[in-house]
Amino acid sequence: MLEVTGLRAWYGEAQALHGVDVRVAEGEVVTLVGRNGAGKTTLVRCLIGLHRQAGGTVSFLGRDVSRLPAHQRARAGMGWVQDDRGIYASLTVEENLLLPPKVSDRAWTLERIYEAFPVLAERRKASGSTLSGGEQQMLAIARALGTGARLLLMDEPSEGLAPVVVARIGAIIREIKATGVGVLLIEQNVKFAATVADRHYLLSQGRIVETLDNADLRRREGELLKHLGI
Amino acid sequence: MNAVLQYAVQGLAAGSFYALAALGLAIIFGVLGVVNFAHGAFYMLGAVTAAVLLDTLALPLWWSLLVVPVLMFGFGVVVERLLVQWLLRLDPLYNFLLTFGLTLVLVELVKQRYGVSGLPYKLPGALSGRVDLAGVVLPRYQLFVFLFSVAICVLVWVVMTRTRVGMIVRASTEKPELARALGINVGRWVTPVFGFGVALAGLAGVLAAPFRAITADMGNNFAIILFAVVVIGGLGSIVGAVVAGFLVGLVEAFGQAYAPTFAQILIFVLMALIILVRPAGLFGRKEATA
Repeated sequence: MLEVTGLRAWYGEAQALHGVDVRVAEGEVVTLVGRNGAGKTTLVRCLIGLHRQAGGTVSFLGRDVSRLPAHQRARAGMGWVQDDRGIYASLTVEENLLLPPKVSDRAWTLERIYEAFPVLAERRKASGSTLSGGEQQMLAIARALGTGARLLLMDEPSEGLAPVVVARIGAIIREIKATGVGVLLIEQNVKFAATVADRHYLLSQGRIVETLDNADLRRREGELLKHLGI
Repeated sequence: MNAVLQYAVQGLAAGSFYALAALGLAIIFGVLGVVNFAHGAFYMLGAVTAAVLLDTLALPLWWSLLVVPVLMFGFGVVVERLLVQWLLRLDPLYNFLLTFGLTLVLVELVKQRYGVSGLPYKLPGALSGRVDLAGVVLPRYQLFVFLFSVAICVLVWVVMTRTRVGMIVRASTEKPELARALGINVGRWVTPVFGFGVALAGLAGVLAAPFRAITADMGNNFAIILFAVVVIGGLGSIVGAVVAGFLVGLVEAFGQAYAPTFAQILIFVLMALIILVRPAGLFGRKEATA
């Protein structure tokens, strides 16, 4: 559903992406692994249309979206789960869920979201900023599901969360995958990545240097962790 | 006691002009990220338009309260499409140059056409005179101005907190980039929001028309105090703009009553104190100042 070819982008004076090729199929979870500054976030921001791409094409559901502004890409079915979770403090939990327009008939209803995330139902009238980190992450994911997005771009959903919450997020990602939604996941936590993803792209200095499967990932974990500087 | 209440009502009436105009300024800043230095000129245009409509068409205040904001909305839309929209991609310095330059142009045009001596504005009979509230005698028009502007502020608050449009305005104010990535066409709201902010400044001008000298320069001093209001309330905060508007009106009225020489200075002393204690203003969020 997502086909990125030869994507190039600049970050200030420096070239951040040097012709990146990425592919995500329906119901596939793919991670982007790489050390800080490798260009992971820039890549995802290019895909959602918030960072200017200097070259290459982004094709989504068979359509070239390279020139579309961010809001039209979202309406075409891309959902973004931002690295800082992007929860609105000036909106209640429920308003955070209702804000984005529905983009397909796969959109989860509020009832379904509250059933899957009871904690959000309890806090529906509270300001988004009063949630804990894990709850905010649930809200960010639930918000993307509420739009009926066909592809989720998730920027480090496990970052800074307790292991039990990370496990819950992993379970949610597997559920999402089962419904046929594609997920492109930025992830530093290699162990976590191996539990949810089908394939892994290793991004280094703005280039995809390797594509790994889960077996590769487990076998080379030590080497990868060293590369990632963790 | 009676005198204190009179000053209070006078302050709340003056504060009404600040509150309405600052509300418009806050909403524009929130969604466009533009600090509109022409807001004082829009306030002046509201008052001048009301005076001209009364003079030429005998349009009473009641109608001006409706017609002038609509005209100012239209004017705001034209200004946004012709000029302000180009600012959104430029360095903030141009924001100041353009809106301040626009102020000079508007003020001079009004001077050329209507002179500098001031236009008359006669209050409708129903709003002139004084009312006796349980022994406290208060000017009827000042009470009306206060209640009317509170009603408008409440209305705007309801729209901001209870409607989808309000939700989008709040989201675009807090995190514009995220709002776009969530599928909201933020750009579509820019023009109407600017028009609405200009309409509020114009409405403040209409309310001020019977109360202040209507001259081309009436917006200049107003704009300076307006920025103190916005800083006190917290830039971009809607509640802050309204609360600080009334607060500054009160400080001004009591200052003029008890320490006339220091009345204006007091407002800026208040501003300085608030910046010292809360740099983001009374209701400002830390992120909003970054």
